Amino acid sequence: MAATESKRSSYFMITPMALVFTVFLVVPLLTIIVVSFWDYDEYRILPDFIFENYRYLLGSPVTWKIYLNTFKYAALTWLFTLLIGFTVAYFLAFHIRSLTWQIVLFMVCTIPFWTSNIIRMISWIPFLGRNGLLNQALMGMGLTDAPLEFLLFSDFAVILADVHLYTLFMVVPIFNSMMRIDRALIEAARDAGAGAWNTLRHVVIPLSKPGIAIGSIFVITVVMGDFITVRLMSGGQSASVGLQISNEIGLLQYPAAAASAVVLLLTVLLIVAALLRLVDIRKEL
Amino acid sequence: MTGNGAIELIAVSKHYDNTIAVKSINLKIPAGAYCCLIGPSGCGKTTTLRMIAGHEVISEGDLLIGDRNVTELPPVKRGTAMMFQNYALFPHMTCLENVGFGLKMQGIAPAERMERARDMLARVQMESFADRKPAQLSGGQQQRIALARALITRPSVLLLDEPLSALDPFLRARMRDELRRLQQELGITFVHVTHAQDEALALSDMVVVMEDGVIRQQGSPEEIFNRPRSRFIANFMGGQNIFKGVVGHSDAQSIMVTRGPDSFILPAHAGTQTGSEIEFTIRTDLIGLADAVPPGSENAAIPVEITTVEYLGLSVRIVATTTDGKDITLMKTESEFRQAPVRRKEKFIAYWKPEHAHVLA
Repeated sequence: MAATESKRSSYFMITPMALVFTVFLVVPLLTIIVVSFWDYDEYRILPDFIFENYRYLLGSPVTWKIYLNTFKYAALTWLFTLLIGFTVAYFLAFHIRSLTWQIVLFMVCTIPFWTSNIIRMISWIPFLGRNGLLNQALMGMGLTDAPLEFLLFSDFAVILADVHLYTLFMVVPIFNSMMRIDRALIEAARDAGAGAWNTLRHVVIPLSKPGIAIGSIFVITVVMGDFITVRLMSGGQSASVGLQISNEIGLLQYPAAAASAVVLLLTVLLIVAALLRLVDIRKEL
Repeated sequence: MTGNGAIELIAVSKHYDNTIAVKSINLKIPAGAYCCLIGPSGCGKTTTLRMIAGHEVISEGDLLIGDRNVTELPPVKRGTAMMFQNYALFPHMTCLENVGFGLKMQGIAPAERMERARDMLARVQMESFADRKPAQLSGGQQQRIALARALITRPSVLLLDEPLSALDPFLRARMRDELRRLQQELGITFVHVTHAQDEALALSDMVVVMEDGVIRQQGSPEEIFNRPRSRFIANFMGGQNIFKGVVGHSDAQSIMVTRGPDSFILPAHAGTQTGSEIEFTIRTDLIGLADAVPPGSENAAIPVEITTVEYLGLSVRIVATTTDGKDITLMKTESEFRQAPVRRKEKFIAYWKPEHAHVLA
C-alpha cells in the first residue's frame, strides 16, 4: 500500500518535466521524422512512406560539399573559440586574484550579449566591407594599395563572426572547471619542479577537460546548425547544412528539409557522443 | 639535489598589504634535524614554512639552505620539497604518476622514472596501489603517496604543513612514528608545522614556538616543556600549574615569594627585583598531596580542597582548589592514585620540591 503510494507520488513529481519534454521535444522531433518520409511536389506535401528524400540527399554531391563546408566552419570556429576561450578563462581564474575583479571582468565578457546576435553580426559589415573602416585604415596607413576583398562575404567573415558570437560559450564552462582546481595543486606542481608550461600541460589542461568538452559541445552544435551567420557573412556565396534546410523550407520542400534535419541531428549527436567518450563530464554537472 | 640541509633564516619578515605575518625572525635549524614549528593559528608558522619552501615571497631578510642564499630561488633549486596540508595529489594521475611527477619534470626517461617511483612507493608500503587514483585511497594512504611524491627528488629538506591534522587519532600516532623513522633513515632535515603540542614533543629534536609572527622560544622538547619562558608557552605546551607572587627577598641561591598568606621558595633567577610580581610554574605530575607539610617542602606547599577527580585510564587527573579559589591540576599515574586515593571535598596540603618550581622570565 505504502509502496504504491510512493510510486504514485514519484510519477506525479516527474509529470511536469515529462509533459514539457513531450510537447516541446518528442512531438516536434517525431513530426520531423515522420515528415521526412513524406512526398512533395511544387505545391503540396503528400503523406507517404518513401525513402526518396534520403536517397536524393545522401546521393547528391552538393550535400557532401555542404557538409564538408559546415565541418570546416565548425572545426575552425571550435579551434579559435577554444584558444581564445581557454586563454580568457585561464587569465580570469589564475591571474585575477580578487573575487570582486573576477566577477567584474566576467560581467565585462557578457556585455556583448546585451545586443542580439544579428545586430552584432551586421555591425561587422561596415567594419570589414570594401570601403569599410578596416580597409580604409589599412590603405590610409599605406599598408595596402587596394581594399582587401577577403574580409567580408567570405569564409573568413563567417568564422570571424562565429568566433565573436560563441567564444563566451567556451569561456564559461572552462572558467568553471578551472575555478574548481585546488590552488595547492599548482603549488605542488611548482614544488616538483614544473615550470609554467608544464603546470599548464600536466595539471591545468587535464583538469579543465570537462569544461573544454562542455564548451566544445555548445560551440559545435550551435555552429553545425547555424544558417543566419553563414547567409549574412558569406553574402550568399557559401552554404551550410542549416542554410540548405532554410532554403528548402523557403521552397516549401518540407519533407526534404525534414530529411536534412534528421541527418544533421544524427551527425551532431555522433559528434557529441564522441566528445563524451573522450571526456567524463559527469563530475562537472 | 641532495646537499647540506641546514636552514638559516636571517631577519626574515613577511608583510601582506597592511598586516605583518612574520616579524623579522632569526632561526637556525641544523642539518638532519627534525624541527617542529608550533603555535596557535595565525601565529605565522605556516607562512614561515611556505617562505622556506619558496611558495611565499620573503618580504625582507635572507634564507640560507646548506650555506647557499636561496632567498630568490624557486622551490626545486632550493633542494626543498613540500608535503601539503591536504596532500594536493593530482587527482587525474595514478599514484605512480603522482610519485614520478618530479622526475618527469627533471626530464628523466620513463623507464627509470617508473622504477624509481616504484621503489619510493615500496618505501612507504604503497606499491600495491601504484595504479589507483588518489580518490580511491584513504587519508592515511594519500598521505603516504604525498610523502613519496615529495621525497622522490631526494630533497635535502622536507617541509610538512600540518601533515597529521586530517587523520584520526589512531592513524595519527602511527604516521607520527613513520615520519620519525623515515626522517632518521633518510637523515634529511624535516620542518614540520603543527598546532598539536604532543606531536611537537614526540617528533622533534627542536621545537620552535611562535606567536604573533615572532619566535617566543626555541629549544629541545624537554627544554620547552620543562622550562617555558612565558605564561603563553607554559599554557600552550600544557602540563604546568602557573602561580603568581610578589618577590620578598632574593639572593644567589633562592627567591622568596609571597602570595596572599602563603610564601614560597623558588630557585634563583637572574633579574628578579624585590617587590616585583613574578610567575612560576610547577609541573602537574610533580605535585603531591599530604595531610601535613612534609619535610623539605616548607615554603613549597599550599592548602587545597579536591574539586574534581577524573579517571583517564593510565592516569588520574585531580583538580584541587586553594582557599582563595585558584585551581591546581595534579596528574597521578593510576597506580599512584590507587595507593593514595582521594575524593572530592577532601582537604589536603599540596606540596612540591622547591627545585621543581620554574620561574617564568
